Amino acid sequence: MERSVNMERSYNKRQEAKPHIAEEWVGKIYTFICIAFLVITIFSMVYFVASKGLSTFIVNGVNAFDLITGVKWNPDIDIPQFGALPFIFGSFSTSILAAIIAAPLGFCAAVFIVELAPKFGRRFLQPVIELLAGIPSVVYGFVGLSVIVPLFRDLFPGQGIGIAAGALVLSVMILPTITTIATDALSELPAGLKEGSYALGATRWQTIYRVALPTTMPQQMTGIVLGIARAFGEALAVQMVIGNAPHIPHSLFESTSTLTSAITLSMGNTAMGSVQNNVLWSLALILMLMTFVFVFIIRFLEGRKKL
Amino acid sequence: MSAKTVDKIATGVIMCVAGFIIAVLLGLLGYILIRGVGHISWDFLTSAPESIRAGGGIGPQLFNSLFLLVLTLIITVPLGIGAGIYMSEYAKPSKLTSFIRLVVEVLSSFPSIIVGLFGLLVLVNKFGFGFSLFSGALALTIFNLPLMVRITEQGLRGVPPQQKEASFALGISKWKTIRSVLLPIATPVILSGTILAAGRIFGEAAALLFTAGMSSPRLDFTDWNPLDDRSPLNPFRPAETLAVHIWKINSEGLAPDAPQIAAGASAVLIIMVLVFNLGARALGRYMTNKFTAAK
Amino acid sequence: MKKILTLAMALTLTVSLAACGNKDKDNNSSGSESSSLSGSILAVGSTALQQLADTTAQKFMDKNSGVSIQVQGGGSGTGLTQVADGQAQIGNSDVFAEEKLDADKAATLVDHQVAVVAMAAVSNKDVGIDGLTKQQLVDIFTGKVTNWKEVGGKDEKIQIINRPSSSGTRATFEKFALGTKTEDLAGSIQEDSSGTVKKLVSETPGAIGYLAMSYLDDSITTLKYDGVEATVDNVANGSYPVWAYEHMYTKGEPDAATKAFLDYIASDEVQNGDVVELGYIPTSKMQVKRDAAGNVTK
Repeated sequence: MERSVNMERSYNKRQEAKPHIAEEWVGKIYTFICIAFLVITIFSMVYFVASKGLSTFIVNGVNAFDLITGVKWNPDIDIPQFGALPFIFGSFSTSILAAIIAAPLGFCAAVFIVELAPKFGRRFLQPVIELLAGIPSVVYGFVGLSVIVPLFRDLFPGQGIGIAAGALVLSVMILPTITTIATDALSELPAGLKEGSYALGATRWQTIYRVALPTTMPQQMTGIVLGIARAFGEALAVQMVIGNAPHIPHSLFESTSTLTSAITLSMGNTAMGSVQNNVLWSLALILMLMTFVFVFIIRFLEGRKKL
Repeated sequence: MSAKTVDKIATGVIMCVAGFIIAVLLGLLGYILIRGVGHISWDFLTSAPESIRAGGGIGPQLFNSLFLLVLTLIITVPLGIGAGIYMSEYAKPSKLTSFIRLVVEVLSSFPSIIVGLFGLLVLVNKFGFGFSLFSGALALTIFNLPLMVRITEQGLRGVPPQQKEASFALGISKWKTIRSVLLPIATPVILSGTILAAGRIFGEAAALLFTAGMSSPRLDFTDWNPLDDRSPLNPFRPAETLAVHIWKINSEGLAPDAPQIAAGASAVLIIMVLVFNLGARALGRYMTNKFTAAK
Repeated sequence: MKKILTLAMALTLTVSLAACGNKDKDNNSSGSESSSLSGSILAVGSTALQQLADTTAQKFMDKNSGVSIQVQGGGSGTGLTQVADGQAQIGNSDVFAEEKLDADKAATLVDHQVAVVAMAAVSNKDVGIDGLTKQQLVDIFTGKVTNWKEVGGKDEKIQIINRPSSSGTRATFEKFALGTKTEDLAGSIQEDSSGTVKKLVSETPGAIGYLAMSYLDDSITTLKYDGVEATVDNVANGSYPVWAYEHMYTKGEPDAATKAFLDYIASDEVQNGDVVELGYIPTSKMQVKRDAAGNVTK
């Protein structure tokens, strides 16, 4: 690419090159401003959340270690206790369980779209799954509360709310992410690999299981981690079905809480600058740091791409 | 068990899973639509909401959602395409570039509630935009930008390199090549991606609670001067969108028909998202056909 | 491509137009209307109070075309912070400012009590009782009693549907119904919105929760408190203690437009009209008064 630009320069006469150079600069500056804006926005957000989140420890003197490992959350009593472990536990268990439910479904859907019924799959199933991504989380939460919670209440011990209900709602929400990436990965698979496998007499399932799945594994994992990241940050839908008790639950059907639901429930009720409010920003900071971790995992996985 | 039997079983299982997903989705859509469609009427779509009496509509909310979408796209599209071009055409492969890429990825998986609170403290308070459509649009821009960047990059990368090289060979500058060769070819991808992203804007609530606000001033739909307080087009008025309205009446609604309104509004929202999706696909296909046929 | 340039132009245009729009609004507020009152008021805060503020604001604006009022939710804490920092003219709150803000910050705010909201303990219809004593409620909400038969109901596990610990509704309920702060028990459900609490109480077997009077209806059982029913009269004469003021705070004394709006809410027209319709109790009806520390006076 560099070379072609150089070639272009040498072919041009000087007077013709001048407007081109000016034009070049317009393009460079315009796109650079755009990207600069993006980077500045992100940095200001990170700075902002970090400065608010850290003030719990600096201004209010809450011990960071206690916050992460404590299991008692009583922000409004005389000697407040801020133990966020139940939230962290809730966030992880719900989003990972959601991924465990959604990952096989997403993979099967992708296989269906790419291998089994490309015509029907691409024209019908894929748009339909992508549609799931467009349904607002409020609606998901409400459907969860009206359908899944009563169903679980009848089927299992407990009140229907809890990790299981939250994970189920989330699994539907992250299905599009996982399916889209899995579909892309499978369809990018070089035809030669598959044909080679078929030529050796392998069945379709053997080809999928032994060739397609291992080769596309890093991308599949990327999709799953991306799904977990999305589930981790989802707030309104989870808050409606998880119960929000700040305790580590004993079963999948017992009320518990996540980082996001704790933040949404109390952020508006607490006064800015109070310790009760600052500690919620600390939860947001944890949430953000987790986002970084997920992105790092994804980049690590992408680095291992076999294609 | 012979390999063939396993193959048959596996095929069956995958078919079942696909069928199951379709069933879940149709069930979900059916549930929302069947509960809501009965409540949708012209009057419901155009009249203003009522707080305690029955019979309120969602007119202003529907308008707000659409207007906010337009505003957001006006801000996001030029920025997102510009940044996408930078990433795919100008950025040299270096530590800095890969760092920017990382940052873009982080932004795209940011929890929406954090974006909302950032919007409240920075856009609404510090910059003084107040609870307004403009604050809401900026907050949504934060969400949408990474998506736009990714879509643009994808679209540009899909352009055959020969096209680009041919243009360079004619002595055309890089920026002109991008504008008149690469972008037109990438347009179908960018366009359908943008419309899909628009569906997400439409359904976002958590970030808007704190930026665009939870109430709508009384609008005068005969006044289209964007500078007037009561004009629907004034970007500096607060605006409650459809998704926020659903959240509000589900949580604190006092009207006797609040559940029906919520159901009706959800159905309207789903139908809009459906239209966006199908529209994006149809448009993408049409554009691809047109471009490939013309060239 | 020209489109990008066009879009960029459109963007700049919108921004500049928008900026003009903003200026224009400010100009309006300094009074070009024929009406004597002018100004723009931003009222932020409690979602429970939002309905009342919104309805009255619309009516007030119809009468005073020079005034524009925006009512936003966000929660009591947000409302108090915004008014204390001067970003909003009115901060709507379910609780006294002293309970949320530092003492010196709260001292800068002026309290306007616009209505009284009463709360009642409610239960699922299947529990088989219609009232609880204060001690029984305390036992239930502290987890000492976990089955309805221990308080005279049928043999069924009690499911608590609580509010988050930061909620003003919960603060009121704990202070005046229980008389003690409680912890979030394992297995209890915490929801902030009255709609969700009502839905959960009506659908979950053995559920107990509490709601503002405006949300009470036939889908749930309203429990008597120490034998007293939650009615307007009982609250007004002081025999039913579980109630709180709805506050509209201003920073210092309000300006003319804000004062006129607050006076309008305090007028008989609103107090006997919208306030009652929305399920609140007019402050004028109250035969008892209460201060921030919770002391009740006749």
